[in-house]
Amino acid sequence: MLAWFSENTLLLGLAALDGLSYAATVFMVAVGLNLVFGVLRILNVAHGSLFAIGGYVAATLGLFIASHGLPAWLSLPALLLAAVLTGALLGPVIERLLLRRVENQEPVLQLLVTFALFMILEDLQKLVWGVQPVVSDAPVRLLGTVDVPFGTDVIPFTAYQLFVLPGVAVVTLLGLVWFLRRTLAGRMIVAVTEDREAARAMGIDAARVTLLTFSAGAALAALGGALASPTASLVPGVGAQTIVLSFAVVATAGLGRVEGAAVTALLIGLGRAFAVYFEPELEVVIPYIIMVAVLLVRPQGLFGVLETRRI
Amino acid sequence: MTSENPGNPAGRAAGLITRRATLGAAMAGSLLLPGRQTQAQAAKPAEIKVGIATYLSGPASVFGVPGRQAAEMLFDEINEAGGIGGVRVRPIFVDEGPGVDHFVGEYRRLVQSEGVHLLFAAISSADCLACTPLADELKRPTLLWDCGTQRIFEDNRFEYSFRTQANATPEILSALLYLLRAKPDFRSIAVVNQDYAWGRDSWEIFRTGMQALKPGVRIAAELFPRFGATDYSTEITRLLALRPDVVLSTTWGGDLDAFIRQSSDRRLFERSTFVLPLAESSLERVGKALPAGHIIGARGDHWFLHPNPRDQALLARFTDNFRKRFNAYPIYPCHHMAQAVFAMKAGYEKAMAAKNGGWPTDAELAGAFRGLEFPSLTSSVRIREDGQGLENQIIGTSHHTDKYPFPVMTDMVVFPAEMVTTPVGQKSTDWLKTLKPDIVQGLPQPVAYRP
Amino acid sequence: MRRAGEVLLVLLAAALVLVVAWTVPWLRFVLTIALAKGLAVLGILLLLRAGQVSFGHALYLAFAAYAIAFGAARVPETLLLLPLAAIGAALLGLLVGLFVVRYREIFFGMLNLALSMVFYSLLEKFYSITHGTDGIRLPPTTFAGQVLDPETQGWAMLCLALLLSILFAVLVRIYLASPIGQALAGIKTREARLEFMGISGRRVLLSAYVLSTLMAGCGGAVLAMTTRHVTPALSYWTASGELVFIAILGGSGSVAGPFLGAVAYELTRVYAAALVADAWQMVLGAVLLLVILFAPGGLWGMGRALVGRRRQA
Repeated sequence: MLAWFSENTLLLGLAALDGLSYAATVFMVAVGLNLVFGVLRILNVAHGSLFAIGGYVAATLGLFIASHGLPAWLSLPALLLAAVLTGALLGPVIERLLLRRVENQEPVLQLLVTFALFMILEDLQKLVWGVQPVVSDAPVRLLGTVDVPFGTDVIPFTAYQLFVLPGVAVVTLLGLVWFLRRTLAGRMIVAVTEDREAARAMGIDAARVTLLTFSAGAALAALGGALASPTASLVPGVGAQTIVLSFAVVATAGLGRVEGAAVTALLIGLGRAFAVYFEPELEVVIPYIIMVAVLLVRPQGLFGVLETRRI
Repeated sequence: MTSENPGNPAGRAAGLITRRATLGAAMAGSLLLPGRQTQAQAAKPAEIKVGIATYLSGPASVFGVPGRQAAEMLFDEINEAGGIGGVRVRPIFVDEGPGVDHFVGEYRRLVQSEGVHLLFAAISSADCLACTPLADELKRPTLLWDCGTQRIFEDNRFEYSFRTQANATPEILSALLYLLRAKPDFRSIAVVNQDYAWGRDSWEIFRTGMQALKPGVRIAAELFPRFGATDYSTEITRLLALRPDVVLSTTWGGDLDAFIRQSSDRRLFERSTFVLPLAESSLERVGKALPAGHIIGARGDHWFLHPNPRDQALLARFTDNFRKRFNAYPIYPCHHMAQAVFAMKAGYEKAMAAKNGGWPTDAELAGAFRGLEFPSLTSSVRIREDGQGLENQIIGTSHHTDKYPFPVMTDMVVFPAEMVTTPVGQKSTDWLKTLKPDIVQGLPQPVAYRP
Repeated sequence: MRRAGEVLLVLLAAALVLVVAWTVPWLRFVLTIALAKGLAVLGILLLLRAGQVSFGHALYLAFAAYAIAFGAARVPETLLLLPLAAIGAALLGLLVGLFVVRYREIFFGMLNLALSMVFYSLLEKFYSITHGTDGIRLPPTTFAGQVLDPETQGWAMLCLALLLSILFAVLVRIYLASPIGQALAGIKTREARLEFMGISGRRVLLSAYVLSTLMAGCGGAVLAMTTRHVTPALSYWTASGELVFIAILGGSGSVAGPFLGAVAYELTRVYAAALVADAWQMVLGAVLLLVILFAPGGLWGMGRALVGRRRQA
């Protein structure tokens, strides 16, 4: 075992780098979903569509910048702008027009509302952006590559993958934790997550908190898509594939736990990278294996707390 | 024979609306009326209805929608020229997106309710495998217009199904032969294919052929990332570290775009020679992110700058009209669709000629397809006695020129269909094992890109 | 009197299905598929009564379908394959059930989803046996030893699907009316109360789970023998989502809901695909949205409300 490790240290190092950047994308995809679930208790199936739309908007902005001869560095803030635009426009509309109307219905109906929304958005994307893959890779090209030494060899990584993705993920994580723990609005969200009725009784405007949280979750989903857009090609169906992954993360993490999403994303990211290196056939099932394993040991998820029985 | 007002969107929209309206009326009626039964005696129909299965949703719509566009354009052209035997043709499109169980239902609806005279099916190999026995059961001629699996006519015999294009074996084998000549000394290879039937099948074909023609090549890695994967960074890191001489990938669509772009960003193209048998369909999108000097193919001899097309004017006119109408270069599914349309026309004409101008029954029409030789946009295709089409294959090397914003092919080799297609009655995996290394010496000479 | 009325209603519905299939031949296939899915949805309904949603029941449908595909290559006998495949699915359900009934709500749903996705991946991974996404084509199956022509075979499958649907609908009604069925509803409201009464919530849920997988297995078997082609897509998560979709569309208030929902779903899909091939998903999504927003009781609830209003008037 030890001998194997010392032989493969270099490879393990490379795999860890890949795993980290992949974990960053997984985290960005899942954290918004987790946040929304915590407050609204709705598993938002349309989360994947918001991811896709964020990506499409970012790519459109990027292409606009390129075709109008604007400076290329603008394509980086454009990613953020795409996320804010998507979150601010679609978030409130979906929450107000759809989710609020089924607020007091059974959870399965709430879930299916988002499933219906997912189906509608899937075709809407196609109408707006067509079926040909869309991409705008300016941010990646702008930042260039970094050579990572590998024995006597060097392995080029893109700076975007090595710094921007994990950087944004860490900033998002720290920002969210700070926001939830230290600000009034954040504490209100936590209060509603923990106990909606008690929070209401304390005079917290749960409706506003819900609206804010959902919009923030939508913006985070869109940011995930926007961050993926410079390397991934956006095609019809990308949302459906994203959503299963984020489901797995949310269930593994424990509901509504931001730190849980981060740890799970790391597990999945590293697990997948090691699989590609040492047992490629396992790559696709890694998230599910991790989820089943975690839930076997901790039925409430990594960071979940057991709900006390209210009788 | 150019299409009417190709640049006039209003005209097209009007056409679309009438088509929708007709379809709507037909649908309303069809709930009550049973469809046309198989004809024993043939009467000339008011129009030839053609059911076309293609992807209109999901990732494969990158092929399905251009295929449909080509069909719309070519059906318009046929109608402007007076139809087939004086009868107009009308396409009815169905989406393969929802999956096989839905598609099988759609196939029945097209035959039993719409009363289509023949069908073009499908892009998905699963759909082709599912509908070929159905074609025999319902006795409706079916042209397999795009699907890749070689299993269909190798495992079974069908009376009503015909393939108007090649299959996976010639498509992959020609890329292998090209590689063996262009880079005879390669010692190691890695594969990065999508994790689904095509990715697995095409690697199986390539590996079996390679082991017969150049035994001893080291397989450095076999990677099968998830279908629809957006991030290949881990795979690319691993390939950068392994430094295989050759990287094979039969990936397509958005997946291929992402793989090419990410490989290019990280200079993987400088370390390994890529073999990308489906790259033609991504060239316009990836642009010059794909460097010069890598091997690319087009699932047939489909290339708008084909070095010696049978009818230069036909190819140029098709390319120009398509670009004018849809603002993109026609990619291989457009060629495949054209072949199905041309085969339909040639088949009807052959069947009518055999009846001295009388209208053929379904069985007579199906019979006409066997052994039929019809033109393609670049050469011609013959349908063998087992129903499989014999189609040439073009493989070339990517090349940058100022004339186009994307790579074009140079050192193009057009493989004659007979050379690379599994003979009738044999299975591909068995036949590939019998190949001898001297086949490489007999290859046609490559033709350089002519500006 | 009421019972007689119900029997009459069921017979009428069955006759309607047969008449439609006879007048419009291509709908026979669509209706058979709808009933097959209805069987699986009946299982979803059972779990809904316990307040649990499985987002992975397509696993059992696909498992049985593949069992049929492999079995048919050896013994192509419908009446033998169908029970074998269904029991196989139920055994798998028992095995998985022992694990998943420990979880509730989202964990229950997601674990089911994860397992069905693992099965989906396995179908891809064992490419040499399953042919991956290309799928397996089934040989024609015999019916009690008889080789049927395709036309008769189509009718046989429809009648079989109808019989199974009626059989299981009755069975589920009996089950729900029994003490264990009543306890099932208890899981949804207050599971702790059940435990105080000495009833194990897990065991109750397990019985419902296994019954649901048995029905999904029957559905998958009929589906496979009707389409005669199976692919891994049968077990993708969207296929499971579709089953839950149908359950809500039909309404969870009655065992007739799933079948009503399945027929409505398949017809909507077929007609939407024919009229707007580009945007059929959007049409389906809109239909679902309208049902949830304006008729949360589903089609069955809508029908009842209409009848009720007339009675009052």
